[in-house]
Amino acid sequence: MFSSAKLFASAAFGTVALGTLAVSAVAVAAPVPAAEPLGYYAIGMTPDAAQIAQWSIAIKPDGSNLPPGSGTVDAGATVYGAECAMCHGTFGEGVDAYPKLVGGVGALKTQKLKTVGSYWPYAPIVYDYINRAMPFYAPRSLSNDQVYAITAYILNLNGIVPDNFVADAKSLAAVKMPNRDGFNFKDPRPLTHDVACMAHCADPKALTVTSDASKSGITPRTTGPVDTMQGTPTK
Amino acid sequence: MARASRRKMFKFGAAAAGGALVAASTRVASAAVPAAPAGPLDDAWGHSLGAGVDDRPYGQPSKYEKDAIRRYVPWLAQSPQADASFTPLQDQPGIITANGYFFERYHAGRISVDPAKWELMIMGLVKTPLLLKLEDLKRFPSVSRIHFLECPANGATEWPAAQLNSIQYTHGLIACAEWTGVKLSTLLNEVGVKPEGKWLLAEGGDGSHLTRSIPLEKAMDDCIVAWGQNGEALRPEQGYPVRLIVPGWQGNQMVKWLRRLEIGTSPWYTHEETASYTELLPNGTALGFTWVAEAKSVISFPCPEKPLTGGPGFYEVRGFAWTGRGKIKAVDVSFDGGVNYTRAALQEPVLDKCMTRFTIPWHWDGKPAMIQSRAIDETGYVQPTIVEARAVMGTAAVYLNNAIQTWNVLADGSVNNVQLG
Repeated sequence: MFSSAKLFASAAFGTVALGTLAVSAVAVAAPVPAAEPLGYYAIGMTPDAAQIAQWSIAIKPDGSNLPPGSGTVDAGATVYGAECAMCHGTFGEGVDAYPKLVGGVGALKTQKLKTVGSYWPYAPIVYDYINRAMPFYAPRSLSNDQVYAITAYILNLNGIVPDNFVADAKSLAAVKMPNRDGFNFKDPRPLTHDVACMAHCADPKALTVTSDASKSGITPRTTGPVDTMQGTPTK
Repeated sequence: MARASRRKMFKFGAAAAGGALVAASTRVASAAVPAAPAGPLDDAWGHSLGAGVDDRPYGQPSKYEKDAIRRYVPWLAQSPQADASFTPLQDQPGIITANGYFFERYHAGRISVDPAKWELMIMGLVKTPLLLKLEDLKRFPSVSRIHFLECPANGATEWPAAQLNSIQYTHGLIACAEWTGVKLSTLLNEVGVKPEGKWLLAEGGDGSHLTRSIPLEKAMDDCIVAWGQNGEALRPEQGYPVRLIVPGWQGNQMVKWLRRLEIGTSPWYTHEETASYTELLPNGTALGFTWVAEAKSVISFPCPEKPLTGGPGFYEVRGFAWTGRGKIKAVDVSFDGGVNYTRAALQEPVLDKCMTRFTIPWHWDGKPAMIQSRAIDETGYVQPTIVEARAVMGTAAVYLNNAIQTWNVLADGSVNNVQLG
């Protein structure tokens, strides 16, 4: 008797709860489609073409979206001297650890020196990078003509364009960088295909310590906030 | 307890401070007995009033944890604004990296973005371009996911040889957090990607205006436009107010201070995916678009910073494993330099593209030991040895070092970073 009453009560409660859920689903949480259709949320504003143009600074390797303007190698030497040379050196040789911009062309296998001349595959991306990120201490402070001129000067330092080169949207797209074909953009990994050996995976007698960081002497001390050096690396 | 007897306890504690030791429980049970000596419960902090709720409106760690901090290698970069600091993995107990520990990587320094002025432009090959303010972005349906974030240069110094005697420096370019934000697919569905749109460009708002190209399949899969990090707003170090999370892929693709998303037909081949973050191989060609972080693991206790200090006996060996290809399936630990392995226990939760904690008991006999961990992910991929990795990548590589780490435990309990051949 008691049990059946209990049973009935639970069943009734279940019905009420289900009913509540159904109601709230309609009234409060309208179901969201698996893939929301275009403009479903209608939040934010639609920018106009002029606004979009202001944001649109990304250049592609084919030179698309390069802006109007131009710059000569000579003009570039002047701007570069004022804006870039303090870090990258007058002739792109690099100051301290700041990146070298010149050298190593054709010698990536032996010298491993990655410069604009030796490594960067696309001239329009030189413009893109200077325009978006340089100078380091004041990015986005150069005019289009100045960026074109610096690009011309750096390409000329690397022997990629002649002294009379004028950089603009058309001429940069036509420059073939020495390492244009040097990249494999299809990730070949995984590069190793091990099996998880659990026992006798190596000959214990053949195991030797080939290097020991406790003997390198270049680990910054890690004893507190003020870390001091044990040494400097040999490069 | 009556007020009088409590006062008695205070007096007693002070008087007995230099007395002989007995169990604390005995003393508490018979507080009125003057013969009971001081014990660990009667240290200074138990005799005084602690700080109030008005003391630290935003909390901070114990002053005794002052050495658990990010560190950087002074000779690594040209400027602190174009450098990286490292997560103190030796001090991270679980899979979540404290926001103050989370490693930094800047290309133009840590900027301070005014959230009231922040905007996100979504443009390019979309049916309806969109400009969002922060409060707009936060109105969209949101998700919270725990994912690691690893710099592809994690372990770079160890390609030529075992060089830095520290887990913080050999493995600390990784961190793991709970990220909250809008799925990128939600935003892309809202603007409507045109059929010819196959790639996404993400651009940051710092001085580097860093850009990375991401294929649309990944953008529509599990990427998050995130504003929340571990229970609070994204930290400035991590791109406040909004960064992109690209789960399991290179850290630099998770663009910080995100300001623009553009849809296009092909990759942009930006500076950060040609001049930087590409791997020059021994044959003179370079690998680009190496997006996924391969499976990797490391023992975080013991390690050079956390040696065995209790002499021979029981220790729990602990560590972290992760993979950008999904979940960690297993971690094996070797105590003999990789001759034999024993399967470790994975601690829950084991999540997708997330740091996973492993543990294994160890009765250390006090003899030198070469300890290693080896991760296996759900694709069946097995973490390689440094010898195997180097056979492909050479000794002058910078990125993609996911090799097995060997810690050399010495008889005195100290631990050194070594490589075996």
